[in-house]
Amino acid sequence: MQYSEKIRDHFLHPRNAGELEDATVIGEAGSLATGDAFRLYLRINSQDVIEEARFQAFGSPTAIATSSALTEMIKGKHVDEAVRLSTRDIAAYLDGVPQERMHAPVMGMEALEDAYAKYRRLETLDEDGQSARIVCRCFNVSHGRIERAIRDHHLSTIAEVTHHTKAGGDCNSCHADIENLLARARAERARAAEEERIRTARDNARKAQPAGGISDLQRAALIQEVLDREVRPGLAMDGGDMELVSVEGATVRVKLGGHCVSCSSSTATMRYFVEDKLRELVDPAIEVIDITEHGQELHAPPMR
Amino acid sequence: MADLLYFDNNATTKLAPEARAALEPFLGELVGNPSSAHNAGGRILHAVEKAREQVALMLGCETGEIIFNSGGTEGLNTAIENALDALPTRKQIIISKVEHSAVSNVVRPLARKGYRITEINVDRFGRLDLAQLNHEVGHETALIATLWANNETGVVAPVAEIGDMAKRAGAMFVVDAVQCPGKLKLDMKAQAAIDYLAVSGHKFHALPGCGALFVRKGTSYRPLIRGGNQERGRRAGTENVPGIVSMGAAARCINEHLDADIKRQTELRDMLQSGLLAKLDNVIVNGDEQSRLCNTLNVGFEFVEAEAVLLMLDAAGVAASSGSACESGSLETSHVLRAMGVPFTAIHGSVRFSLSRYTTAAEVGALVDSTVKIVRRLREISPFGREKPAPKKPGDLEAHKAYFATT
Repeated sequence: MQYSEKIRDHFLHPRNAGELEDATVIGEAGSLATGDAFRLYLRINSQDVIEEARFQAFGSPTAIATSSALTEMIKGKHVDEAVRLSTRDIAAYLDGVPQERMHAPVMGMEALEDAYAKYRRLETLDEDGQSARIVCRCFNVSHGRIERAIRDHHLSTIAEVTHHTKAGGDCNSCHADIENLLARARAERARAAEEERIRTARDNARKAQPAGGISDLQRAALIQEVLDREVRPGLAMDGGDMELVSVEGATVRVKLGGHCVSCSSSTATMRYFVEDKLRELVDPAIEVIDITEHGQELHAPPMR
Repeated sequence: MADLLYFDNNATTKLAPEARAALEPFLGELVGNPSSAHNAGGRILHAVEKAREQVALMLGCETGEIIFNSGGTEGLNTAIENALDALPTRKQIIISKVEHSAVSNVVRPLARKGYRITEINVDRFGRLDLAQLNHEVGHETALIATLWANNETGVVAPVAEIGDMAKRAGAMFVVDAVQCPGKLKLDMKAQAAIDYLAVSGHKFHALPGCGALFVRKGTSYRPLIRGGNQERGRRAGTENVPGIVSMGAAARCINEHLDADIKRQTELRDMLQSGLLAKLDNVIVNGDEQSRLCNTLNVGFEFVEAEAVLLMLDAAGVAASSGSACESGSLETSHVLRAMGVPFTAIHGSVRFSLSRYTTAAEVGALVDSTVKIVRRLREISPFGREKPAPKKPGDLEAHKAYFATT
């Protein structure tokens, strides 16, 4: 493994190594079983400024160099400023960290976030049930940590997740779980992009008609698009469907099909989902009316 | 900086002075293709055959049973393919869980061609589970392929017993002896069950890029590399004459000094082991101390990480390596130590020191001093190790894991 001179220097001559007797707070990350572990000691003064930072680290040369660098970087900083550092900042400070060793800066930031959370008496992300679930047993990596790494670093492959969190680097048995998380993040990103696109289309349409909003025709086309992309695929998963019947001003009439017709939760579907989507993406004034079945109109009640 | 302290001889060795002297004339002075009819070619052919005699002597076989090639990997590929060709109706291949990739990566893909691959377990000390092997081997077994001595731990396999099992079942027996020359006695006449055995020049002080495959007389053989009639039609391609000559000279050194070399390396390795164990706590020796190559010491330093030890050793002028694949960037821990069930703490901190006949007592002393200093330094930095002594017995693995899972 080829390391920068900075990494070699911080590894061979670590700064601020050792315990700090009068630490205000101690942040921790990693464990002995996973091959990397940090303990970060901070003394913080009454103005929330980090006066002294020391560390203990177990792990690869990068892990030790990262800890050393991090203590140097945060000394003298306000805690709020320190916690806004990113793994990229650490990598840049060390003149680059090999891809395969990016988990070290990630873990360094986790120790810092842990210390910050303890200082602010905040709960860490990993303390709620689901995100604390361990995905990679070889390196003891939680669901939440992988999700965060995927989100923060726009990761798209298992190898990248391994580089950033170590998860999946040894026995490979969690690769399917990681792939699921990646797929979910991809879907999330795709949905966000799609919503953004529709929102832009709506805004453009409004700009084109500054006086009275968009025309009924444009509105109908947009509503149809939102229904097609955002609503119907979800209903289809449960064997249901929805048809756009008419658009008059802000009043949208739809007809449910498939299983939706006999489904007792279809009112809730209208109220909480379809109308919300249309209000968010097309026009806040929209009201949705369901004309399914005996022609009886089920008016969605006003927003809660 | 002082001279490099080289303790990575299981990876590769330095060229023996005798080998260098022997091959020197072949780097320009002497020219000629051993296959050519002219006198110059004849002289070169003579040198190749002299080398063959020394290599045959080293392996305790006949010269006709030696095929020169490019090294251990080629030898093993050739041997495995030939062994399977010899028994085309048998569809089981047996290897161990601790093979070198030159065997495991050749054998495993054969599962796609309809072979059943059986991998035999090893115990905590890296010893093959002979009962399991005995249970698995049968009339379906085409081939048993195994290391004679493990490259990471130096554990020596009971090839005679494995060979007996292979022969009782009528299976072929391929042996990877790449780590053996100069470290243990090889005698193909005594080890009558071995059908094919591979060695590699650069592991015993010859040049890289040359090796030898032993194929027992009467065993079916078809060349893997086809073309010209070199090596009596058994390995095509113009001979690597400097490599072969260096290998002959290196084999000669072994033939003349083997017993003394083994004794000397054993003493120095034991000095290294006892030096480290005397000065450091929480050190685990990986591998069967009762049956281990004379030159190999694999130790797990708990609470530190191997790559950190190696990089500090490197900065102090010491070359060693870890069993794990850290160097290649992978996070995978050593498959050998994993198969042995070495505790996680010690796997991460496992380092292999491998000596050669050129290693001196002064070098070992300097290595012990450097290593002790470095491990202590890293343990000072480590959040573990001082205030929480870990269970020392390897059997306590589960308690150990549970203990750290709650921390």
